[in-house]
Parts: sequence; structure tokens; C-alpha cells
Amino acid sequence: MSNIKKAFENGKAFIAFITCGDPDLETTKKAVIEACNNGADLIELGIPFSDPTAEGPVIQGANVRALAGGVTTDKIFDLVIDLRKEVSTPMVFMTYVNVVFSYGAERFISKCKEIGIDGLILPDLPFEEKDEFEPVCEKYDVDLISLIAPTSENRIAMIAKEAKGFIYIVSSLGVTGTRSEIKTDLESIVKVVRENTDVPCAIGFGISTPEQAAKMSAVSDGAIVGSAIVKLLEKYGKDAPKYVGEYVHSMKAAM
Amino acid sequence: MTNMNGRFGIHGGQYIPETLMNAVIELEKAYNRYKNDEQFNKELQTLFNEYAGRPSRLYYAEKMTKDLGGAKIYLKREDLNHTGSHKINNVLGQALLAKKMGKTRLIAETGAGQHGVATATAAALMGMECVVFMGKEDTERQALNVYRMRLLGAEVIPVTSGTATLKDAVSEAMREWTSRIDDTHYCLGSVMGPHPFPTIVRDFQSVISKEIKEQILEKEGRLPDVVMACVGGGSNAIGTFYNFIEDKDVRLIGCEAAGRGIDTFETAATINTGKLGVFHGMKSYFCQDEYGQIAPVYSISAGLDYPGIGPEHANLHDTGRAEYVAVTDDEAVNAFEYLSKTEGIIPAIESAHAVAHAMKIAGTMDKDKIMVITISGRGDKDCAAIARYRGEDIHE
Repeated sequence: MSNIKKAFENGKAFIAFITCGDPDLETTKKAVIEACNNGADLIELGIPFSDPTAEGPVIQGANVRALAGGVTTDKIFDLVIDLRKEVSTPMVFMTYVNVVFSYGAERFISKCKEIGIDGLILPDLPFEEKDEFEPVCEKYDVDLISLIAPTSENRIAMIAKEAKGFIYIVSSLGVTGTRSEIKTDLESIVKVVRENTDVPCAIGFGISTPEQAAKMSAVSDGAIVGSAIVKLLEKYGKDAPKYVGEYVHSMKAAM
Repeated sequence: MTNMNGRFGIHGGQYIPETLMNAVIELEKAYNRYKNDEQFNKELQTLFNEYAGRPSRLYYAEKMTKDLGGAKIYLKREDLNHTGSHKINNVLGQALLAKKMGKTRLIAETGAGQHGVATATAAALMGMECVVFMGKEDTERQALNVYRMRLLGAEVIPVTSGTATLKDAVSEAMREWTSRIDDTHYCLGSVMGPHPFPTIVRDFQSVISKEIKEQILEKEGRLPDVVMACVGGGSNAIGTFYNFIEDKDVRLIGCEAAGRGIDTFETAATINTGKLGVFHGMKSYFCQDEYGQIAPVYSISAGLDYPGIGPEHANLHDTGRAEYVAVTDDEAVNAFEYLSKTEGIIPAIESAHAVAHAMKIAGTMDKDKIMVITISGRGDKDCAAIARYRGEDIHE
């Protein structure tokens, strides 16, 4: 039984994304704990990548700052070991294929299992390429999360049928970042997903306000927020954790 | 050859966001429909001949041959094409394909500006909108090409993310494509990125080796012993190699940019210094650190200043079918000056990397051997930069 399932047992799930090491790993740790204490149901820990092609300017900036600060994959593993002493909230890594590939898929994924990471999101790994990593993920009980986009159309059923953990529905075209309006017909996408799987689905990309979180979680099983949280870390730096906590609280309360 | 899943050996594939999957599937379907279509190929051939000025000449470089004292040297003159480089071959093919697909807008990345200029040119010709992404640093190094693209009606967007060079321009073009797919075709400039781009670009560039083969058979009555080209992403090189891959007696040599040397961090020699990875939609070799972070690369040549290499080249390296050698800035600049003085041909600094390697090996080969070097582009764009490299204060 996947630990990720627990994230969807407490009403609609609020999923918080944080780039590890922005501005430093100590702040990341505090921000994660604050998010968990204030109602985050699942934490997405971003392992920074030099060239994050699916990210908008906000998370790109966080990646640059984190790498400039000397963060590495191994240091992030140590952060998770520390975090797991304090929080039991399900946690997944979000990074790019090359970070996992260069570490060695088996070495990386077995380490995830060992330190208590429940899933892996790789935005540059579509359905067609997942066989390279999925068997290893299954071997170590780490859920390889599938993404569905507004352009997926005829691919939704195929992706949903093989999904593990939860399904990440991308709300809009383009890259990550806050948006004033989300126009995609998400209800139709969720309907096809539900016809094909019992795996829960959450919507991300462009969500920043409690109203948006309420609206998105009303049509799905949860809302994923990244850029809005990363902006707080950018703005407040080492003082950000308490603001992250307040923000998560306001979002979860609206859902 | 491309196998079923868009792989060349273990390389290639489609490592892209889900948002783009249907776009590349649609592109592959359209390409498969048109690639053997008589009307499409007729239109493309007319564009090649009447607009781009093909076939390009295969020129016997007699003075260079005598001076180096070994193999007989021929130059494949892609520098004489319209817009001044081989880039036009691919761009005319992709623009025509995009038009058939009902797209009205082309986006592209560019390093030195050659691919950007070629894309802007094709867009002007075919009445399409055009947006070119170019690293901010490159827009400053190649200000004239920026003006050229704008003159042709394209919008040039300076990219400030990352290292503000070619790889960041590719990333930004990919981001733009995920936000606007319906009317937009991403006209990728090299044999890289997700399947089917490496195959499509290679097919459009393979006209280079098709012509070399016909021309050399006519002039010499036999195949060459060596064909050579410079390699960044590798489009002129794969175009030069492709029709010789099955001719096992023809040596294929790709010349990478070593920058200040392959034992320094200031290099872009992917095969010589990189390792296997996954980036920009493909599995191939990349310059990267131990955690898979893509390395900032360096070369005097903006067109070779890329941390990866196309997947078909990676496979030709794995199988040993092609050799990849590294050429430094210094060697390339010497070759740039040498070809200008010896043959009256100013090569692009990219192409000068191939000329430099020819200067190293031609003299070691017997006089009855034949070598073909592809001059992928003309060097006018590089004159100011080379002058500065030599300490002369020239600005465009």
C-alpha cells in the first residue's frame, strides 16, 4: 500500500512544492515542517536542476539560487533523513530525468525507499519513456507519478490506467507559475481519469489563491501549489517558514 | 538509422513534458505522410534549387592540397547557399512541412544566429510569423544577425536564463512551444531534441552527402576516403555523413569544439569530455557534473557552444562508425585564416574546426587519397570576433 494514499484521506489534499536549498537546506527543513504542521497533506521536494525546462521564471530562479548555494542530490538525501525524524507526511521528489539517470536509477530510487520518499515526479518523462524507471520504482515501492496535460486528450485513459500514487493534472499550457485564470476544461479530464482508475488526481500549475485552490480541488482530489510558495521563500529568505505555514493554512482552510 | 521508438542504439527517445507529446506525435505522423510524397518533394527540391541555390559546389582545393602535400582535398561549399550556411536546407524542409500541417507560426532557437536567420528567411518567404530565441550573450556577440532577423520580419527574444547562450535558447523555445502549440511549429535547428526531430533534420540535411556522392563520382569516379565536418548539435555533420554510413571504407570524422582545451573546463567537446545523460528531450552524451547538472560550455564558435550532441552521432561514436576529434579555438582560428589566405574562402569559425583537423591529417595521407570537408557556412559573421581574438579592436 502506497503511503501517498494517506495524503488523500484527510478531505481534499493540499500539496506543497518547495525547491530544496533555496535559500539553504536549513530553511527548506523548517519550511517543510511548517507546511506539514499547517495542513499540507503531501510535500513535493524539488531537487534543483541546471536547466528546468518545465518551469517558469519563479522556480527557475529557485533552482539557480539553490545550485549556487552548493546543494547536491546527496545533501538533499541527508535533509530527508533529518525531516523524517520530525514529519510523517507523505513526501515525493520532483526533479528532471538527468538528475536520477546520472546518479544511477537503481541507486537513486533505492535511496528514496531507504530514506522515506514515497514517490517521484519527473516532468520530462512521458508515458512512452517510463519503462526505463518504472520497474525500478516498483521494486522499491516508490510511486512514479504520471502527469496529464490539457493537450493529452486521447492519451488520458492510457496514462490513467497505469498511474500510481496520484495523477498530476497540469491545469494549463506552458510552464509552472501563477496565473490569474485557468481556462482548461478540467472537469472533462478528471471524468476520463475517474473512468479509468481509482488513483486520486490533483491539479497543479497556476494555482496561488485560496479561491483557486477551492475551485480546483472541487473538481479533483487536491491542489498542488509551487510557485506561490517559492515566491515566499524568495521574498522572505530565512524568515520564510512562518509565512509558508500561514499560507498553507489559508489554502487548506479554503479547500 | 532511426529504429521504431526514435532511438539510435540506446540514444534518442522522447524525454519531454506530457504537454508536448501529442505535438511530436502529430509532427511524426505529418512527416511520415509527406516524406515520400511526390508533390512535397517536388516543392522542396524547387525551393532547394531555385531559392537556396542548390546543388552547392564540390570544389577541388588545389592550393590547399599542394600546400599540405597529401590527400586531395575537396570542399563542399554549403557556405554558398542562400543565407550563408547549411541551415537553410533543414529550415526550408521544416517550414514547408509546418505549412502543410496548417501551422502559421515558426519558433526557433539560435546560437550564432545562422539558424535564426534561416528560419526568419523561410518564414518571410512562406508568409509565416516567426519568433527566434537567442541567448542574451549571443545577441550581443552577433548583433548583426539580430538586425538581420528583425529585417526579415522576425521577433528576436533575448534569453537571460541560465548561461544566456544556445542551450538556454533551446530551453526557452521548448517552454514557448508548451504554451502555444496549436498554430506553432518549433523549427529545431539541429539533429537533436526529442524524436522525430533528429530524424527529420537529418533527412533534410542529407542532401549534402547525396550531392557529395554524385559530385565526387563524377569528378573522381570513386568514393572519398575521408569525409569531415564540424559538430555541435551535429546537423551539417550528419548531413555530410549520412549517405556514406553504409560505405564502410569511407572514414567519417566529426570535429568538436575543444574551446581552450579538453583538459580545461572551457570546452564544448561533448564526445571527448561528456558522459551519457538525458537532456533537451533526448538521451545522448552531455557535458555535465557528477550530479547530472548540465555544464556551462565554452567555444569561440557560438554555433558549436552546446553541451550535447545529436543522438545519431552518439550512436555512430558507440559503434565506432564515426570518429570525433577535438579542435581548440587556436587551431580553428589558424584554419580560419589559412583557408582565407590559401583558397580565398572565408569559412565560418564553426567550419574552420573541420579545416583545422584536415590541416593535421591531410599531410599524413597518400596523394591518391581523397578527403571531403564540408564548409558548413561563410565566415563574414565571424570577422569582427576573430579580429578581436587577434587583438584588433574591431566592432560591427
